[in-house]
Amino acid sequence: MDVLAALTGSIGSVGYGLAAIGPGIGVGIVWAAYIQATARQPESAGLTRTYAFLGFALSEALALIGFVVPFVFGYA
Amino acid sequence: MTSSALALGDVLAANGEGFPAPGLDEFYPEPIASFSVLGIDFEITRITIILWIATIAILAFLVASVRRPAIVPGKLQFLGESGYSLVRDGIARDVVGPRGLPFAPFLASLFFFILANNMMSIIPFAQISPMAKFAYPLMLALICWVLYIYIGIREQGVGRYFRDVLFLPGVPKPLYILVTPIEILQNFIVRPFTLAVRLFGNMFAGHMLLVVFSLGATYLFTVGNFSVIFFPLSALMAIVMTLFEILVIVLQAYVFTVLMGTYLNGSIEAEH
Repeated sequence: MDVLAALTGSIGSVGYGLAAIGPGIGVGIVWAAYIQATARQPESAGLTRTYAFLGFALSEALALIGFVVPFVFGYA
Repeated sequence: MTSSALALGDVLAANGEGFPAPGLDEFYPEPIASFSVLGIDFEITRITIILWIATIAILAFLVASVRRPAIVPGKLQFLGESGYSLVRDGIARDVVGPRGLPFAPFLASLFFFILANNMMSIIPFAQISPMAKFAYPLMLALICWVLYIYIGIREQGVGRYFRDVLFLPGVPKPLYILVTPIEILQNFIVRPFTLAVRLFGNMFAGHMLLVVFSLGATYLFTVGNFSVIFFPLSALMAIVMTLFEILVIVLQAYVFTVLMGTYLNGSIEAEH
């Protein structure tokens, strides 16, 4: 098979860049919603903080998986 | 000799051969002492000693801050007490719930231990956090994992705890095909995994950033051509990133503790 283009070096860093797009947007939405909720109803800040952190943790999980995948498959 | 010093030696020795980027060697310093117990090899490295120093320092600080409690607190007592009340009131009471106060000592230990260890990543001469080695945050996450499952079983009983986790109440029956695998993955695998990797990833990346900018500044300064005009930029970035690192250090210690709080809250209070 003829090779048209080749890429050398750490492709994992490209993968992580792609993997970080979604969680980046997600984490932004979570905190934006939390700030908006707190601005509209300041006394609900304590109540919604738990959910904000839970949503943040869930969205960020994808970025964290993207962070580890190059290590796992790069050295397997 | 530490691995950072070796990397610095590489940079100084590179004459026109390009920038020798620092690699993972940073996190595997030379063992100072090693021994073997029951066939398991133990190595005391620079990072182990940093962990001991951080733990002793935070213990000394906390003991000193409550040694002579006064009604009008001094500076040290104020710092120690406001740190503890941040965890006790902000996390144990508000996040875990009204029955969360017995967990305040555990959550506070977790918070201060992570905070002290993370702080070592910007303390001169240490400048690496033990939390940048995956084993340490992994152990912390495993402790949390065992604890919140145990508390869930103790508070709700084995049957009810696992039934509520596996079959979320209020979900239409056919949807369990979809929801149950996600819930199993979420509660027993993703939670401890993300807890450990979040802390590890942040400290690891923070350390790498500082190393790259500091070595980059050294390289640009010593390479001996026009590149020297870019040296202040890299040096400035190293300082800015150190300041940014302080934010990350405190935030990650807080996030770890808050998330453990929400998991405990889920174990103590039934879903509905």
